[in-house]
Amino acid sequence: MIIYLLRRLGFILITLILASIIIFGATQLLPGDVAQVMLGKFATEKALENVREELGLNKPAYVQYFGWLKNFVRGDWGNSMVSRQPVRPLILARLRNSAMIAVVALLFYVPLGILLGVIAALRKEKPLDQIISGFSMAFVGLPEFVTGLLLISAFAFRFAIFPANSSIAPGSTFIEAFPSLILPAIAVSLTGLGYIIRMTRASTIDVLSTGYVMAADLKGLPNAQVLSKHVLRNSLLPTITIVSMGIGYLIGGLIIAESVFGYPGLGRLVVYGIQRRDVILIQACSMVIVMIYSISNLIADMLYSALNPRIRYR
Amino acid sequence: MSIRTTKKVQGASPGLEVRDLTITYNTEDGPLDTVRNLSFKIAPGEIYGLVGESGSGKTTIARAVVNYLASNGTIKSGRILLDGVDLCTKTKKEMRSIWGSDITMVHQDPNKSVNPSMSIGNQIAEMVRVHSGISKAEARKKAVDMLSWVRMPDPSRVARRYPHQLSGGQLQRVLIAIALVTNPRLLIMDEPTTALDVTTEAVILDLIRDLLMEYQTAVLYITHNLGVVARLCHRVGVIYAGALMEQGPVSRVFKKMLHPYTLGLLGSVPRVELDKRDIVLNTIPGYIPQPDSLPAGCIFAPRCRGAEDACRASRPPLVDTKEGADHITACRRWQVVKNTPEKFANPQEKREMREPTTEDIVLDSVNVKKYFPISRVRLGDLIRGKRPVVKAVDDISLRIRQGFTMGIVGESGCGKTTFARCIAGLEKASAGKIIVGDENLPYVVSKRSADQLKKIQMVFQNPDASLNPQHTVGASVARPLTRLKNLSKKVLQERLEELFQSVNLPKEYMNRLPHEISGGEKQRVAIARALATDPKLLICDEPISSLDVSVQASLMNTLMELQNRRGTSCLFISHDLAAVKHLSSWIAVIYLGRLWEIGSASDILKPPHHPYTEALFSALPIPDPDAKQSRVRLREAVPSAVTIPPGCRFHPRCPRKVGEICENEEPPWQDYGHWHKICCHIPLEELVEIQTADEGDLQ
Repeated sequence: MIIYLLRRLGFILITLILASIIIFGATQLLPGDVAQVMLGKFATEKALENVREELGLNKPAYVQYFGWLKNFVRGDWGNSMVSRQPVRPLILARLRNSAMIAVVALLFYVPLGILLGVIAALRKEKPLDQIISGFSMAFVGLPEFVTGLLLISAFAFRFAIFPANSSIAPGSTFIEAFPSLILPAIAVSLTGLGYIIRMTRASTIDVLSTGYVMAADLKGLPNAQVLSKHVLRNSLLPTITIVSMGIGYLIGGLIIAESVFGYPGLGRLVVYGIQRRDVILIQACSMVIVMIYSISNLIADMLYSALNPRIRYR
Repeated sequence: MSIRTTKKVQGASPGLEVRDLTITYNTEDGPLDTVRNLSFKIAPGEIYGLVGESGSGKTTIARAVVNYLASNGTIKSGRILLDGVDLCTKTKKEMRSIWGSDITMVHQDPNKSVNPSMSIGNQIAEMVRVHSGISKAEARKKAVDMLSWVRMPDPSRVARRYPHQLSGGQLQRVLIAIALVTNPRLLIMDEPTTALDVTTEAVILDLIRDLLMEYQTAVLYITHNLGVVARLCHRVGVIYAGALMEQGPVSRVFKKMLHPYTLGLLGSVPRVELDKRDIVLNTIPGYIPQPDSLPAGCIFAPRCRGAEDACRASRPPLVDTKEGADHITACRRWQVVKNTPEKFANPQEKREMREPTTEDIVLDSVNVKKYFPISRVRLGDLIRGKRPVVKAVDDISLRIRQGFTMGIVGESGCGKTTFARCIAGLEKASAGKIIVGDENLPYVVSKRSADQLKKIQMVFQNPDASLNPQHTVGASVARPLTRLKNLSKKVLQERLEELFQSVNLPKEYMNRLPHEISGGEKQRVAIARALATDPKLLICDEPISSLDVSVQASLMNTLMELQNRRGTSCLFISHDLAAVKHLSSWIAVIYLGRLWEIGSASDILKPPHHPYTEALFSALPIPDPDAKQSRVRLREAVPSAVTIPPGCRFHPRCPRKVGEICENEEPPWQDYGHWHKICCHIPLEELVEIQTADEGDLQ
């Protein structure tokens, strides 16, 4: 188990290094001169030269890369090229906002998805299964900007239960922000909900047809016990992987949904950075997103092996 | 030690009674009666064997008895009475109180019948708790008691383990423990030893027999293996295409069978104890009919050699023959079967065996080794800087003479198949020489020339996987001819017809696709393909294992005939000692990647045996209730080939271990004459003495 964990951590390190090279390389390829962007059109050649000197922009790319990486690891993520403020507090605040949405969304769609998936499996090929499966297919297919707008028009304008604009004040607590979180959380949940329903349904159907479920039935165990200890224990394992992929997506990938609801999350910060050619901000945000993906994947794998004795006792 | 719960009160007619049972499946082609008008009784304490080939409806019957048919199956008519109570009328909810307490079941594949993410102890304990309502701690203690009751070594540790940490034999013990823990009134065992090695099977059968002596449980034992029935059961029912053909006490049905189907089944099994190679196995022609196309008369008539017009006209009823206790048969000519069984047997009884004339060596394998690196690395090994390997084949040298068949036997995981694949070049041997004819062959197939490839051909275990489903079987057989022999179109066609004929397949079959023919026929195609290049050496890796007994028999006859007619030399690999014995003139016994005994088939049969060979022999289920077999049993399963025991690598399991010498020194090869060689520390004279004495005890 320890060797497994160490190996996984090793892989994460390699992933992060590769990702940092790609991120750094990509930002180098962005069009426009960074110094020009920072100082504006009318800057003198002397001032531009000073800025380049100050930021190390005239050094070779690999020197810049290692300098950036070293500072990043130390916790110095650099200053925004636009506001000249350190980007770290900004990113962390946005990360917190994104995490709030992620928590609400996960609490909503994971249990619901599992429940509906199991029900569909138990009612396989009956009307209820067909309804649930049909909806899950639609959820997977519907883009967030469509579901988001539908939710706004229904619950913000028609019934006015939740606010249409979710731009919460900086530093607001979870409780304060909660009403603004609900609509975006639902909008971003639907895809994940669809995936979880489909995965849970498929794996539960698989497990229901195994010999050990038949054996458990023939032991005379109560139905609920067969379901909880023999079916779900085994059929929910693949769902863990789907959930972990969802976490990364919810925190870093919600660019469109955050724009629709005007929610100040990490995804929108990236868009903002790109619009302003704020290379430092883009680099730091991208690294944070990669880290979140890696960590949620690691957690999923550890959870998977903890629940699966075949891996646990290797 | 007694851990049985108190006896339950039994009803008016104790035991299981199945009355006129008909089971129907709703299929796309309409309803199909897969089991028809079946009746049998099992008394408390009795073991009733239900034998039949695949497709006979055995498992359907088991699932009907427990009221657990697939959703498209229904009991159309009949009653299933347990202690006088009809189970057919119970709802699934009512059945839950009967399942596990009154009826338990042991299934075929132990690996698939246990929950992979629940500890062994808990899987036993949950059963006890549901039916007796005792506390968790008590149930756990009971689980450990039960494990030691089924002779599980180190029961309290095993209780904490998970299924993947146990071997198949150990898991089957666990399932037997689960099935007996509530002291049920009916126990159903559905092929409980089929997935196990023959040595493990023997241990499990002993266990079942010994344990059941103490229980008043009625046992329905379902199997395709007649030897297992002979060893274990009191009474037997022979089932064919969903109907009972014959039923009676085992001693009568196996000795004085009164139905041609039983006769055919028993004649299909090669007998290891009979020292004759010229016997032609008594096969059953044709195939089991589908439930939607049953013949109008006796359902066995189309395959019966003694059928008359009257047999085909109307379906014969089951009749009590009054030939001793409850011996019934569904044959109207049973008196003819009884008096002149030869009328129903294969017309050609004996075969002239041609002895090979040359002394040429076809295959000479010299010190062949195959080590696989282990993909899983442990921290300790990393620190010590060594890479562990699996020694699948560890120094095997053997020779095959032109025209002879060399049989290789051993348990699964002993390296038989790896050795064969090394010879064929499908695995790259790690060391050694593979000499065919007078040529030293490269290790891998891709480096061998067309001429070298022609010399060795192989038949694989699973014909489904070895024939391309997209090609007609004719194209599959033609492929080696065009690729290795460059035949013209006309010659090719002639050669194909000849090949199909030689494996007894009609030439019309050439245009069929693999899924349009049966498993036995597919294997015939595979043999034809292997013979296409006139190989010097034919390697058969478990070619008959996946087939039914009657199909096995006809395939074995074909192989014998081919060998006799063509003089092909053959390397025949099987875990089934009886089949190896039947087909081979020489036998090599292999264990943990090494040879332990080699000799002619008739010499191997007689003492001295290597203790491992002896154990294989005594484990073999012989379809004769009076067969005398010594009871030499092996402990545990084959150890992993990563940590090979020092000294004699068989010593941890050896029933004849003499002492420290076995643990520390590699045994020497001893020669008993006539090229019969044994690798053991025990002097051969001593082995002869103890082994003859053991067999004598049984007389």
